[in-house]
Amino acid sequence: MTPAAVVLAQEVTLGGNEFTEMLVEGLSLGTIYALLAVGFVIIFKATQVINFAHGAIAAMGGFLVASMATILDIPGRWLPDAPAWVSWVGSVVIALVAMALIGMMLERVFLRPMVGEELFAIAIVTLGLDIVIRNVVNDFIGQFPRPMGDPFALAIFDLGWVRIAHTEALQIAVALATVGAIALFFRSRMGIAMRATAFDQEAARAQGISVGKVFSISWAIGAVLATVAAIFISMFPRRPAGVDQQTAFFAFKAFPAIIIGGLDSIIGGIVGGLIVGLAESAASTYLAFEFLGTGFAGIVPYLLMLLVLLVRPYGLFGTEEIRRV
Amino acid sequence: MRGRPMLYTRYETDQALMNTGTKKLMLALFLVFLILVPLGVIPGVDFLAQDEWLRLLSEVSIYGIAALGLNVLTGLAGQVSLGHAFFMGVGAYTAAWLGAAPGPFNGLGLPIWIWLPAAGIVAAVIGVAVGPTAVRVRGLYLAFVTLGLVFVGEYVFRNWTSLTGGAQTGRTFPPLEFRLWKEETPLIDFVSDGPWFGIELSGEAKTYYLLAVFAIVFVVLSKNLQRTRVGRAFQSIRDRDVAAEIMGVNEAKYKLIAFGISSFYAGIGGALLASFVGRMIPEQWNLFLSVEIIAIVLIGGAGVVTGTILGSVFVILLPRIVEDVTHGLAAIVVEGSGPIAWIGDLFISTGLDDFGFVNTQAGVAPGLSIPQFNQVLYGLLIILFLIFEPLGLYGIWLRIRNYWKGWPFTY
Repeated sequence: MTPAAVVLAQEVTLGGNEFTEMLVEGLSLGTIYALLAVGFVIIFKATQVINFAHGAIAAMGGFLVASMATILDIPGRWLPDAPAWVSWVGSVVIALVAMALIGMMLERVFLRPMVGEELFAIAIVTLGLDIVIRNVVNDFIGQFPRPMGDPFALAIFDLGWVRIAHTEALQIAVALATVGAIALFFRSRMGIAMRATAFDQEAARAQGISVGKVFSISWAIGAVLATVAAIFISMFPRRPAGVDQQTAFFAFKAFPAIIIGGLDSIIGGIVGGLIVGLAESAASTYLAFEFLGTGFAGIVPYLLMLLVLLVRPYGLFGTEEIRRV
Repeated sequence: MRGRPMLYTRYETDQALMNTGTKKLMLALFLVFLILVPLGVIPGVDFLAQDEWLRLLSEVSIYGIAALGLNVLTGLAGQVSLGHAFFMGVGAYTAAWLGAAPGPFNGLGLPIWIWLPAAGIVAAVIGVAVGPTAVRVRGLYLAFVTLGLVFVGEYVFRNWTSLTGGAQTGRTFPPLEFRLWKEETPLIDFVSDGPWFGIELSGEAKTYYLLAVFAIVFVVLSKNLQRTRVGRAFQSIRDRDVAAEIMGVNEAKYKLIAFGISSFYAGIGGALLASFVGRMIPEQWNLFLSVEIIAIVLIGGAGVVTGTILGSVFVILLPRIVEDVTHGLAAIVVEGSGPIAWIGDLFISTGLDDFGFVNTQAGVAPGLSIPQFNQVLYGLLIILFLIFEPLGLYGIWLRIRNYWKGWPFTY
């Protein structure tokens, strides 16, 4: 193909306007990273745990959804007359509840004993957890991807210049709803307890807040958000084949988003996620040069992270650590 | 003053590497043991003289060297690093460029006394070069910076085809041979069979001796590092960085030095690993290698040289032991009699429909394959050691020793 033909072919597949397509792609990617990042930050703020197992938990959630929706067919097997989307939403809800319980259990079993230890030691515990969960989940997933069984499939609609997949629209809606829900949650009684715990664990305890319960809830939220992200990772525009052994690593790219935004800022997580998503999609659109080799877009988030840390060692929105002598 | 092991009257005796006679004796016995192992003359452990076990022991030395580097950074200076695999890769490819014979990929064919130190030095230089980012951020942010390093490094290795052979293909590395310069036949050959001083030795035994010597050199170096000014500066930064600064320790400078030293060890370890294995693909310098090194340091006991050695023996030999046990158990289960077979059946799946946690035929029976099971074990061991024995194997040893110190009294 001549270069002109290549450009033409790209334009056809992208549906015309390269820039707007890049923007939509970046935003949808960004919301996935933001979902992962927000879950991570909530866990970090509430429990002081750097959760390296976040990607593995996401893969586990994705696998659970895939199993519920396809092989196990829960609750579809009991609702033979219901439309496909009802039973799919049912599967997702059941998987989310299961993941919330699993998240609580992980915290209770592996991280509660580490309360009060050095942050580094706790981080390494979650790194160990990541290895265990990832290997077991990947073994369950097996060699071939597990499809999500979602009713959207490859549906697309045009919105002015932009061509949007139904899944992408859903994704952006869900992300917005999630942000709203979290904002509301932090105004609830439990949310206030969580903010207090994040501010000062001991003082919160002295005020009668059950810190253990806060820990459990925060892990449940983290696991649920990771699962939601995993669902979107494994659908049409990203990896239409479904959850596979690389899903856990895909989620690893949320770490740069967290760092760019600042470890302890939820707003930072959202902004960082969007920045990373846009940067990655821009890189894969505009920086597809031969000399950069394959997979350059995949490391753009990490390069961006290193750059941000050089300028702002605590990320864009992170609070500067105050050190005690 | 004899017989009072805790009484020191001079600073030198307090700082001595071997402060008791027992330690000297044990070390001497251990060295004799190391020398005799490949000869297969020690009753009880003569199986270690088999080629595959000697290869494992050589691997212990290599991983031990790399882990000693991380021990300096994490154990002594208290800095987290997930990027050790990247520096090992840098060392390996430096070695390849300088040492490998000219061929399809870059190679200058220089002898080992050039490529091995160069591997360490180049890795150290890169370690110091990324240092400014690493020094500015502290604690947990550092973990992520080094995590980024692994991914960026893997990308570079995959795409630098002329040096690394490219993704999934890989290249060969210079063999462990000693040449004075580029002559045809090496002066000393550490890989092929042949007599040394009249004793017939296999290539594996020679490799083992060479790597054991390297490991001993690096153990002594890092033991010594702990009692120098630099080593004490590292420990003061680890214990409380602000206090260290107030006492006049230049934090940024010493963190850079720690990064440099750690990367130097990693570079040497990586070069030896690549040279030992012979052929590696760029994807092998990945996060899991870093985690393996972290596992060695943490399971052994962070900050303790002896612990790191214990850790690398444990982590490298564990897969082999797990494999043997699994296969042995699987054989009993297939035979199918007795309580051991009954219990083993719960853990091992032997057939298509058999339930079990581990299988011996990957892809056929359900359950984890043995390599996967090993990874799960690493993960679990890291978690369990951090929760129950943060000092690692060394901590267990300390408790045993202290128990017998006071025996028969409880304290």
